[in-house]
Amino acid sequence: MLSRVILFTSACLLGGAVVAATPQVHEYPLDNGMKLLVKVDRRAPVVVSQVWYKVGSSYELDGHTGISHVLEHMMFKGTQKHGMGEFSRIIAENGGRENAFTSRDYTAYFQSLENNRLPIAFELEADRMRNLKLDTTEFAKEVKVVMEERRLRTEDDAQALTYEQFNAVAYLNSPYRTPIIGWMNDLENLQAADLQQWYQQWYAPNNAVLVVAGDVDPQAVLKLARKHFGGLTTSKIEASKPRREIEQRGLRRLVVKAPAEVPYLMMGYKVPALITAKDDWEPYALEVLAGILDGGDSARFTRELVRGQQIATTAGAGYDLYDRQESLLMLDGSPAKGHDIAALETALRAQIALLRDQPVSVAELERVKAQVLADHVYQEDSVFYQAMRIGTLESVGLGWQRLDEYLPRVQAVTAEQVQKVARKYLLDDRLTIAVLEPQPMDAGAQARAAAAAQGVGHGH
Amino acid sequence: MGINPQAFIRYALTLLALIASASAQAMAPIQHWQTSNGARVYFAPAPELPMVDIQLVFNAGSARDGDRPGLAQLTHTLLDKGADGLSANQIAEQLEGVGARLGGDSLRDMATLNLRSLSDVKYLQPAVAVFAKLVAQPDFNADDLNRERERMLIGLQYAQQQPEAVSEKAFYAALYGAHPYASPPEGTVESLKSLDRAAVQDFHKRYYVARNAVVAIVGAVDRATAEKLAETATAGLAAGEAAPTLPAVADFTAAREQRIEHPSTQTHVLIGQPGIRRDDADYFTLYVGNYVLGGGGLVSRLSEEIREKRGLSYSVYSYFMPMAERGPFQLGLQTRNDQAAEALKVLRETLSRYVAEGPTAAELDAAKKNITGGQALRVDSNRKILEYLAVIGFYQLPLDYLDTFNGKVEAVTLEQVRDAFKRRVQPERMLTLLVGGQ
Repeated sequence: MLSRVILFTSACLLGGAVVAATPQVHEYPLDNGMKLLVKVDRRAPVVVSQVWYKVGSSYELDGHTGISHVLEHMMFKGTQKHGMGEFSRIIAENGGRENAFTSRDYTAYFQSLENNRLPIAFELEADRMRNLKLDTTEFAKEVKVVMEERRLRTEDDAQALTYEQFNAVAYLNSPYRTPIIGWMNDLENLQAADLQQWYQQWYAPNNAVLVVAGDVDPQAVLKLARKHFGGLTTSKIEASKPRREIEQRGLRRLVVKAPAEVPYLMMGYKVPALITAKDDWEPYALEVLAGILDGGDSARFTRELVRGQQIATTAGAGYDLYDRQESLLMLDGSPAKGHDIAALETALRAQIALLRDQPVSVAELERVKAQVLADHVYQEDSVFYQAMRIGTLESVGLGWQRLDEYLPRVQAVTAEQVQKVARKYLLDDRLTIAVLEPQPMDAGAQARAAAAAQGVGHGH
Repeated sequence: MGINPQAFIRYALTLLALIASASAQAMAPIQHWQTSNGARVYFAPAPELPMVDIQLVFNAGSARDGDRPGLAQLTHTLLDKGADGLSANQIAEQLEGVGARLGGDSLRDMATLNLRSLSDVKYLQPAVAVFAKLVAQPDFNADDLNRERERMLIGLQYAQQQPEAVSEKAFYAALYGAHPYASPPEGTVESLKSLDRAAVQDFHKRYYVARNAVVAIVGAVDRATAEKLAETATAGLAAGEAAPTLPAVADFTAAREQRIEHPSTQTHVLIGQPGIRRDDADYFTLYVGNYVLGGGGLVSRLSEEIREKRGLSYSVYSYFMPMAERGPFQLGLQTRNDQAAEALKVLRETLSRYVAEGPTAAELDAAKKNITGGQALRVDSNRKILEYLAVIGFYQLPLDYLDTFNGKVEAVTLEQVRDAFKRRVQPERMLTLLVGGQ
């Protein structure tokens, strides 16, 4: 059993008085290779149970995109022991909340319950880990639900559509190029047999992590986990191919046309994630850099672009250092009135140039660190989020222990390091730019525009 | 707008602030008092984490816009864009420099402002000082007003491209007619263009006053500190007067169907009618009854008929949104355009059958088990407790609301649910709204 306690005596504007006593994580390996991680939080008599599988859209091969997410839907359709809908019914009747989520790097299932009802969640999760019934009739209906989900989230959302196509251009061979929900054509051709194979390939205790957080006794949870999950048989898990993105050679641009009212710009620079970085301070410097640009209302994008120059009506920056593959520092925004996309792009790139040319100010750096430090306390307010972070780091292969270093490593980032990563990674040759070009919203106007584009032209 | 989320959740979590049950097991009893200028304060100590949440709630939502849609929201947006001579940048720098987070919302009934801060006095004190300034002494500079107005105008354009936003706006407009709830909180182009500094100042002067405010506090402070916090946060407010009661919502007297063309692959289907007030005598009965119909996520009748049996929609739901006056009873789904008629038919049939027959004994039992069995989950974080305090304060619910909730849920009978749905839900005279393509 490992157990660690963070003790930090930090730093900056916020002094040592802010030390949140981060509760320890208890780690227990089960004999069949499953890992149990328990974090105790006794503020309320509740428990969150999450089962994480190391599989997501970045494990999928062409022609099978979206299969991890469809399988996630099918996981609620019953086993030999528990029929259709029974899983959800039992959790509901126990006052529980449940759901699941699929990302590029993992698929996770969770229940929130009163703490004395944890055995119910374990029994059901253990059962569907190995005994899922993949009925073809149920599959045929559920894949339609997923297609509706795709229409809702992507087809009918111009910015989401832009993001999807942006990824497919920014990445050439990385599995991050395909959408989590899958291409529609792949969904249309998916078979129940494909899911069966995918399930057998990845759903096994030796490819799963069980995270429990809340008002529980770790030893009792271990005993319970052994009882329900300990007897499950393992599978031979073949490591997936690395599929590391090839080096980008020059700026890439794309245009996405869709019915919309507001133009939208999306930019991404290839940057390392914590797991791919050769120098492991770099991701923390990138994290701080993203905070300098968009960490609150005092950060540069809002101060300079939204309020100062008033070129952007919105502008954002984002980076996830816990990705499993090479990642992107993403920028996005929409132009303010009187400005076009070109002006917004120029302004965003000028902000990037500034990061390369000049070290960030001490005051800015301190503000970012103050927010990170405070957020570290605020995050403890959500039991679910605590479990979520542990599960994420385990699933991508970093290990939960790396959570402990986040705060000290961010606090240690210097202005010089921020400038260094800007100079190394925020370069045109690593950049992809997507522009959403709004098309007329009303059908008549669309038809006329299409006709005009073909030179047919109706006389009006 | 902003960077897209990268995870897909299996079904849409219900968005609605349908306050439900909770035990007092996880939280201390609610303490209540008034500030010296008359704001009502609700406090729950939570000593475990070194942080404090403060929420101010004003009866200053868009229901107070009158003939100037967007006024409440523009006023709310401008609060932190300049106050007592501090610029928007200075306000943000001072708050973020001590790790504080400012948030808020401007809805139909209420305008809220949240401050989350570390509880150590050396961070909390400066954060609350700035918070108090922006609440009571906003400058409403012309430059800021013009800029935020333009941003709201682009926000309106953006909403036009989202079928969900289009349908929600049209739903309220059609359902509420001449009632203030019809007015879109985000405003209209014409109205936003006409708003000036005087309008915003007047709105602030009238509604951002102590007797029109509720203060909710949760966190690692004692009663004495909480009292000081409440005093400081509201210190600059005039006593003023509470906002007058809103007019009653008229019944929707005849079925009406409205179609709005949208270049989307799905049709968004909404049906509904005016529902219940927050203090409605049928509240618990309808809340429990609606769980069975379409409030219980994947285990509801609507989910079973629309999603599980037919694969017609990813999300399907029904809810009563209790408001100061009668908020909507709404049922909704989204489906491929060519399936809209079929989905609407199943939606209506499921509703009609439920209103006619009511739940089965087993369904009612399952609903009660879920609602009462989830009591601890509803107050398992400071954030959730804060939201309860704000709602209890704003709608003046009894202080033991959370303690008595489960008992009231348990007491609901089959006959009461059948009776309440028959009296309160009329499937034959509802608004039907379809937004999508052919």
